[in-house]
Amino acid sequence: MKKQIANWGNYPVIESDEKLFSYTDELDKLVAQPKSYIARGNGRCYGDASLADNTISTLKYDKVLSFDTEKGLLEVQSGITLDQVLDIIVPKGWFLPVTPGTKYITIGGAIASDVHGKNHHVDGAFSHHVIEMDVLLANGETITCSPTNNNDLFEATCGGMGLTGVIEKVIFDLKKIETSFIKQKQVKAENLEEILQLFDTYAHYTYSVAWIDCLKKRKNFGRSILILGEHAKIEDLNDKQKSDPLQLPKKKQITFPFNLPSWVLNTFTVKAFNFLYYGKNFKKEINNVVSYEPFFYPLDAILHWNRGYGKPGFIQYQFVLPLEAKQGLIDILNRISDKGIGSFLAVLKVFGKQESLISFPTEGYTLALDIPVRKGLFEFLDELDQIVLKYGGRLYMSKDARMKPEVLKAGYPHLDRFKAIIKKFNPDFKFRSHQSDRLLLTKDEDKSKVKIQNSKIAEAQF
Amino acid sequence: MPTVLLLGATSDISVAIAKEFGAHGYALQLAARNTEHLSPIQSDLKIRYNVDCTVHAFDALNYDSHQSFFDSLPVKPDVTICVFGVMYEEEDAWNDWKLTHRMIDTNYTGAVSILNIAAKYYSAQKKGTIVGISSVAGERGRQSKLIYGSAKAAFSAYLAGLRNKLFKDNVHVVSVKPGFVYTKMTEELPLPKPLTAQPEEVAKAVFNAVEKKKNTIYTKWMWKYIMLIIKNVPEPMFKKMNI
Ligand SMILES: Cc1cc2nc3c(=O)[nH]c(=O)nc-3n(C[C@H](O)[C@H](O)[C@H](O)COP(=O)(O)OP(=O)(O)OC[C@H]3O[C@@H](n4cnc5c(N)ncnc54)[C@H](O)[C@@H]3O)c2cc1C
Ligand SMILES: NC(=O)c1ccc[n+]([C@@H]2O[C@H](COP(=O)([O-])OP(=O)(O)OC[C@H]3O[C@@H](n4cnc5c(N)ncnc54)[C@H](OP(=O)(O)O)[C@@H]3O)[C@@H](O)[C@H]2O)c1
Repeated sequence: MKKQIANWGNYPVIESDEKLFSYTDELDKLVAQPKSYIARGNGRCYGDASLADNTISTLKYDKVLSFDTEKGLLEVQSGITLDQVLDIIVPKGWFLPVTPGTKYITIGGAIASDVHGKNHHVDGAFSHHVIEMDVLLANGETITCSPTNNNDLFEATCGGMGLTGVIEKVIFDLKKIETSFIKQKQVKAENLEEILQLFDTYAHYTYSVAWIDCLKKRKNFGRSILILGEHAKIEDLNDKQKSDPLQLPKKKQITFPFNLPSWVLNTFTVKAFNFLYYGKNFKKEINNVVSYEPFFYPLDAILHWNRGYGKPGFIQYQFVLPLEAKQGLIDILNRISDKGIGSFLAVLKVFGKQESLISFPTEGYTLALDIPVRKGLFEFLDELDQIVLKYGGRLYMSKDARMKPEVLKAGYPHLDRFKAIIKKFNPDFKFRSHQSDRLLLTKDEDKSKVKIQNSKIAEAQF
Repeated sequence: MPTVLLLGATSDISVAIAKEFGAHGYALQLAARNTEHLSPIQSDLKIRYNVDCTVHAFDALNYDSHQSFFDSLPVKPDVTICVFGVMYEEEDAWNDWKLTHRMIDTNYTGAVSILNIAAKYYSAQKKGTIVGISSVAGERGRQSKLIYGSAKAAFSAYLAGLRNKLFKDNVHVVSVKPGFVYTKMTEELPLPKPLTAQPEEVAKAVFNAVEKKKNTIYTKWMWKYIMLIIKNVPEPMFKKMNI
């Protein structure tokens, strides 16, 4: 049925004819229609990657097909979300090998964006854990691919934003855990210099992420908290936790009621940050054992918090810079705080090495921050893009709603090969999204002008 | 461990009901005409809830097969839930007797055929529960649901009668009257959000009704009152309405 849809940033909003399916043969029939489509998971990418005039929602294609509890292998249909997967695997002593900062994404989305977690430097990105998957191609054929079998299809599907076809079933490996708790360490850093050092000092930790307070200037520029974690062992638990070491967290959630002006959310996040920073006796370091939920998914406790950015929506700007480009990080953070438009918090992680065709992660520092959509924003981000490129970095397609095709090209060295593989498996661009058209991945270059005009119109509304 | 039989197990509402009963430890028997579609549902339920789950071929329109279908169930279910149903475009049905006939037969005749069999078994056992998924569309005849509504009306009357007939045998019958539900059946219809239930809400209500031995339930609850109003519009006025 035709309806208005948007992804997590609420920008852009488009009208789409969204089709659902529960069974593989229903999907085959849909794809056989003489139309173009893009697969859509839970709409947790931020921009226009899973938006198109015709979308195929995978959310009802969510069955678990097999679970090898000895080897830790799970076989699922691509529309199952991570929260459902956790409910199944955690009580059996297994965990997701890689998880992003929300559990409300599908396995299909995890592969198509090749998502990363706080453990990228240790465990790599999600695709690293995919044993094999079936992909339905534009010609109606379903092909099983893996790192060793139909490798070109596999590598272009991981991080390929749905442009090779629709991912059907997937087998991936899990991580063995003794308990469902996390041994957490939070360390405060006075400034950027210190937080980058701390990342080095604690490089052996499986999970690490930092929250940076973007409001601080001069000697406190980059004031931040490093959050580290390891899966807790039985002996780390208190008696209450020990009584059921693999327990699932209690389901408690509040829903963000409606769109609010963005300062409300910012005030809230700053308060939350200051609470963490100044709370608990000003100690430099806090150690505790917590359930996996607040550790991995702090934001999921408030459903629809994205409404906090109001009706115009927001952009999450996420880039990665090589390790030696610390100056770039400083430049960009400075510009954002000078401009006074960013969210007050930014998230910083370190990526380990990753060789891939089109996935975002590559060794370096990755920074993400939310910026409400308003007049002049896109011009400003175009300037930031140039800095990112100057320092040899790139942007994350899964967060993107506005980058120019040249920026993608300059940031991704294997783009031509990626395009060639799309051409092979999706020759008539049956699978295409607003994003792929905008980035000229599924469009002849000269027709691009129309789209750019459209986004100008959208921008003029603010 | 009690067992529940789901008739029309490939439907969205049935999948949700199976999950709800599975989560409460019931063994599950899934019956549908397309058993290939049942196999992922079966593995899913087994893995999620660590319960037994079996798959059975069943066609509501193949009345002659119903007795042998029920006899061949490896374990007799404690609860039998009739979920299958079809809703064709009334305009198409108006122009094609075959469709009209099939809509009546699926929603009413097929349901009576199989539930009579379950009912006889339960009354002999002096225990058991039958649930029928009817619809608010059966509460009052109107043009936009001419055939579907009348077939569901017949089914609702059957369920009420069955409840009355089996009471003395300690067999309970639940009539479920959903309003709008987001499923395959209604995928292309623009449904009003506040009045439309998710299949999971219907499933919870059904489970609760079975446990608490409720007679008739509406999902969402406001449909009870909406239908009360609709039923009370005087016929001279109602017949002129475009409804
Ligand atoms: C609060 C929050 C925190 C986040 N944290 C992180 C993080 O830490 N790390 C990270 O990497 N990401 C993060 N993300 C981004 C998110 O993990 C990705 O955007 C993910 O791809 C969303 O998956 P989805 O199921 O919602 O899919 P959608 O958003 O609907 O789609 C995303 C892409 O996947 C494609 N796709 C989806 N399903 C299929 C399929 N079956 N076959 C083929 N293509 C498919 C779509 O076409 C689209 O290109 C975060 C997002 C939010 C909202
Ligand atoms: N959705 C609503 O708004 C709504 C409102 C009120 C009542 N209801 C009732 O709820 C019930 C479930 O419907 P749903 O909404 O979940 O829609 P659905 O997913 O379309 O389910 C209908 C089911 O009926 C099955 N079926 C049809 N003919 C059959 C036959 N001859 N033999 C066996 N099974 C048959 C279908 O099986 P196949 O998969 O093989 O086609 C399908 O599983 C129906 O009785 C419907 O009337 C629905």
